[in-house]
Amino acid sequence: MGGAATVRNVIEARALMKDYGDKRAVDGLTFTVKPGHVTGFLGPNGSGKSTTMRLILGLDRATSGDVTVNGKHYRDHKAPFHEVGALLEARSVHTGRSAYYHLLALAQTHGIGRKRVAELIDLVGLHDVARKRAGQFSLGMGQRLGIATALLGDPQTLLLDEPVNGLDPEGIHWIRNLLKSLAADGRAVFVSSHLMSEMAQTADHLIVIGRGKLIADTSVEEFVRRASGAVVRVRSPQADRLRHLIAGPAITVTSEEPGVLEVAGVTSEKVGEIAAANGIVLHELTLLQASLEEAFMELTRDDVEFKAATAA
Amino acid sequence: MSSVAAPVVPRLEHTGRVTQLRVILSEWTKLHSLRSTRWSLFAAIVLTIGLPAIFAAVTSSHWGHMGPRERADRHPLDIALAGVNLSQLAIGVLGVLVITGEYSTGMIRASFTAVPKRLPVLWAKIVVFGVVAFLLMLPSVLAAFWASQAILSKHDILQTSLSDPGVLRSVVGGAAYAMLFGIFCLALGAIVRNTAGGIATFVGVFFVIPPLLNVFPVSWQNAINPWIPNSAGRSIFQLTHGPHSLSPAGGLAIFLAYIAVAVAIAAVLLVRRDT
Repeated sequence: MGGAATVRNVIEARALMKDYGDKRAVDGLTFTVKPGHVTGFLGPNGSGKSTTMRLILGLDRATSGDVTVNGKHYRDHKAPFHEVGALLEARSVHTGRSAYYHLLALAQTHGIGRKRVAELIDLVGLHDVARKRAGQFSLGMGQRLGIATALLGDPQTLLLDEPVNGLDPEGIHWIRNLLKSLAADGRAVFVSSHLMSEMAQTADHLIVIGRGKLIADTSVEEFVRRASGAVVRVRSPQADRLRHLIAGPAITVTSEEPGVLEVAGVTSEKVGEIAAANGIVLHELTLLQASLEEAFMELTRDDVEFKAATAA
Repeated sequence: MSSVAAPVVPRLEHTGRVTQLRVILSEWTKLHSLRSTRWSLFAAIVLTIGLPAIFAAVTSSHWGHMGPRERADRHPLDIALAGVNLSQLAIGVLGVLVITGEYSTGMIRASFTAVPKRLPVLWAKIVVFGVVAFLLMLPSVLAAFWASQAILSKHDILQTSLSDPGVLRSVVGGAAYAMLFGIFCLALGAIVRNTAGGIATFVGVFFVIPPLLNVFPVSWQNAINPWIPNSAGRSIFQLTHGPHSLSPAGGLAIFLAYIAVAVAIAAVLLVRRDT
């Protein structure tokens, strides 16, 4: 680091570790979250995402290691709502209180007024139900209330734990747009999900964990590339000849139907060049990218804690 | 159409830090915006005033049938403050709920992300709940006093006045006791973090343990009894103090000491525990 290109990290976790009894929920996580990006925090259910979120917010104490927000422990911020806005996965709303009073009570801790509360209720679309008790809310309405809470203090960093849970398609679309516009504003958005497909839509950068350990810290494209080990599909009338020409030690060629090869370990450019040099006619040359979902499954296969036993 | 447009988060002009005063305001909003608060406090007021009124009416109508010893056992202040014995239950339950309601619903996580130092939340809950409980209980016990006296005065029996020695102290003491009892229960709630557990604990300490002391020899009872929370607290509003009970000031001091210990334990655990 250093020099003009230095980007201030908003969240820095260093060897973060958390044990509950003799169960290790978070195991030596080191990562950073930068402003102006949507950083996806991915992992199967039970992999330690929510625990990490709670550690960042000082709700739980780390067993060892350290995590800071804007250079300080969350607990040491004099006005935390202006630094970080958080949506926690588990409901964090008194079921007997209306959405309006819930937001107002939290706003008042920072001297934030009623006007702001009303603005945010409108923003998240809860205007018509703001005076209803939160216990009567659907999961989606609860998530919207959580988003409003996170945005109360106009924070530069947002921490959202599974925000699309329980939302209808319109709500999911709304969240995606919101996350992108928040990042475009220069804010850091750290959003967890167990759904790879969701991250493919919104995130620029991925932090992937399994069983509390870091699996990947990379861009979305890089993640797919690395995990999938791209496969090239070739369709040719001279498939058998081509098969011998491209064979090599790190290259595997499979064929499921006559005239079609699936080649792993070589680029599509290379296959095309070999074919041209040998005068082989190609009817198709396609780079098959594993979907983000497949890449995720591949990487976390050994790290899913509760796996359905597959009958052997 | 609105679903397509990217929502724009309005900017916040002023930024303020978390202060104890702001947290107190926040806790006031939390307290008055719950239905359970209004019901508990309503029940406390009705019991505080209603019970003495009924006792006064019953005593009045039976006065003619009572023997001299039975009459001597009746005291106007016992009647006036009889409601406190029951309304303290409503106050105690509310004291527990003020904190355990946040744990059972998950609200506590929102509260602690807003105020990550945590202790200001506990102090604010104690202040707000204490002030509200006292401000409602004081007029209630005064009303109970006047109502019971008015009913008794029709038969011209058991008359006393706030200007009589110790009477004003007892009446105000009744309201103070109810408030302090509620704060004790709030601290218990913060320690056990569970509504049923908190209620069971205060019922055990205040209503189950005292009668159990009867298994001890009388000399032991006389030595132990004045110092248990229940007796110490009641000394604050009892008019007469025998050889085996503490003075009002002494009882208040001991009761406050119990509360201080409970609040201190609650504070330490609140800061240390994961949420």
